[in-house]
Amino acid sequence: MKLRTLSAALMLAGFGLVSHSALANISDDVIRIGFITDMASVYSDIDGPGGIEAARMAIADAGGMINGKKIELVFADHQNKADVAAAKAREWFDQQKIDMLIGGTNSGVNLALAGIAAEKKKVFMAIGAAASDLTGAQCTAYTVHWAYDTVALARGTGSAIVKAGGKSWYFLTADYAFGHALERDTANVVKAAGGEIKGQVRAPLNSSDFSSFLLQAQSSKAQILGLANAGGDTINSIKAANEFGIGKTMKLAGLLIFINDIHSLGLNVTQGMQFTDGWYWDQNDETRAWSTKFEAKLKRKPSMIQAGDYSAVSFYLNAVKATGSDDGDTVMKWMKSNKVNDMFAKNGYVREDGRMVHDMFLMEVKKPSESKGPWDYYKQIAVLPGESVFTTLAESTCKLIKK
Amino acid sequence: MITIFGIPLQAFLGQLLLGLVNGSFYAILSLGLAVIFGLLNVINFAHGALYMFGAFLAWMGLAYFDLNYWVMLALAPLIVGFFGILIEKFLLKHLYKLDHLYGLLLTFGITLLMEGLFRSFYGVSGQPYSTPEALRSATNLGFMVLPNYRAWVVVASVVVCLLTWFVIERTRLGAVLRAGTENPRLVEAFGVNVPLMITLTYGFGVALAGFAGVLAAPILQISPLMGSNLIIVVFAVVVIGGMGSILGAIVTGLGLGLIEGLTKVFWPEASSTVVFIIMAIVLLLRPAGLFGKEK
Repeated sequence: MKLRTLSAALMLAGFGLVSHSALANISDDVIRIGFITDMASVYSDIDGPGGIEAARMAIADAGGMINGKKIELVFADHQNKADVAAAKAREWFDQQKIDMLIGGTNSGVNLALAGIAAEKKKVFMAIGAAASDLTGAQCTAYTVHWAYDTVALARGTGSAIVKAGGKSWYFLTADYAFGHALERDTANVVKAAGGEIKGQVRAPLNSSDFSSFLLQAQSSKAQILGLANAGGDTINSIKAANEFGIGKTMKLAGLLIFINDIHSLGLNVTQGMQFTDGWYWDQNDETRAWSTKFEAKLKRKPSMIQAGDYSAVSFYLNAVKATGSDDGDTVMKWMKSNKVNDMFAKNGYVREDGRMVHDMFLMEVKKPSESKGPWDYYKQIAVLPGESVFTTLAESTCKLIKK
Repeated sequence: MITIFGIPLQAFLGQLLLGLVNGSFYAILSLGLAVIFGLLNVINFAHGALYMFGAFLAWMGLAYFDLNYWVMLALAPLIVGFFGILIEKFLLKHLYKLDHLYGLLLTFGITLLMEGLFRSFYGVSGQPYSTPEALRSATNLGFMVLPNYRAWVVVASVVVCLLTWFVIERTRLGAVLRAGTENPRLVEAFGVNVPLMITLTYGFGVALAGFAGVLAAPILQISPLMGSNLIIVVFAVVVIGGMGSILGAIVTGLGLGLIEGLTKVFWPEASSTVVFIIMAIVLLLRPAGLFGKEK
């Protein structure tokens, strides 16, 4: 009996110790951040080495240490393969004891990473991925989706164009999960605003020639050609559209455009195009100052995703500093109850479903005559308040939302 | 209105023509591969990277030296060809006695190196390059409006392809080349410098890739990855046409461009796979390819 009481007492004491250390300590005396993104392939310009550098800048700005504990960053190339990313994440969680995982580009990869992080009860911040499913049907208690998503892109660009009279649409869609999601979300917006979908053509990822698809789109007689694709596919389709004079009969709507795409295409080809972005380097003094620092290292201006990397890492480190802990639950609780205020977002907040709600911007590409030089590409047309462009809690399919 | 399989005749013709444009790229790239394989027995995996190099040269010429498209169309293949000669002289030459696989591995390594280098300097988003002034307008053919530049691509590549075929199959120089690959010792005994001939052939084969690269520069994204996106299809074209067959490469390249073009209309999702389905069928029925000879 005595023995039992003693062991029970010891157990209680033990539990107490464990939970105490989890609540108010940094595990293994290091704050480790793991960053998995596309380092060398199609999406490596919009995130890749630039994204890693942005995360390093956030760590440096936090002083490299919190309460005397070192902050470390490890990174890996997922090669756009979900299985490669998943294996790396498991290795990191189990052996390297990382405390927070960042998912760079590629929605498929991010959906896989979100599941693993939730299983390990560690914070997962998805930044470069677009699929709204990350905080929708596949949400987890540990996912935070930072920069943008397909719903915000669709609502931003889709409703602006329908409002301006672009009622009939045809989609040129990349034939995989991301393209389908973007087409679906945009079509919903167009139909809800009283527009009409004339049809769509689904082109295999990395098709080199888009002229055939473009002529099919043109023969639909739709007013708007929605490009539900990204990266090289977007660039090649805009190039071909320009060559075939598609713009004379229909207006192009790039649904996911990065500043790197505009830089690559040039203003002659892209001028006048409207699209939604979450951030632009030339918005205010803060964004300009940060971008100058970034450019000094990378020799180019940052994309929305790279700025998002900096912002997300900073916010996470703030949470660790404030709570004195790198425990997943503790940090998530802090992040969901404090505002994001930095050069990326003003009064942003992380919602119950993990969505970081912040203002998005409707942008228009400048005419060559309006641009002062390289990277001076955007005119801001409208601010799209976060509440109106992201999925609302009422619409959410996330199981964490109690209805 | 006349329709074919449910689509208007005009649209059908338009799509055929676009298929022909893409077929021209396949033809000229697979021709280079076929020449190299036919005469050197090397599976040149670096072909895609050299095509990319050609496109980048066109862009570099304009960006750094203000050399226009036409100058680079002549200059870039020469530079790529010279680069190929260096590869052959210093690397490939040592592998002829070994299995084909070693040549493939070496050239694959060269591809990775070149892509990596360009990626670290220029990133993957690509460089802007406009269509040359003279070809910027479009011609109304009645059934479609064809940009003049695309017409130029077809004309330029068909002319280059036919010239190559003529030189190799119908001239004395070509006869010596072919003899040199059949029996190098005997040809050397006649006083022909066979190693030099092989070096020049490799240089010429990759110069064709460089030429295709410049042709592609105004219409495609000039990115370090542009070659690897295309090269697998081109290899399939060579296999279908028959490894090493010059005429086979040209005809198959154009033909597959047409078939791919039609697939883009009737079943767009399958347009990137159709070439491989055809490859599988051809290999089952004629293992040596459509124009290849059984050895």
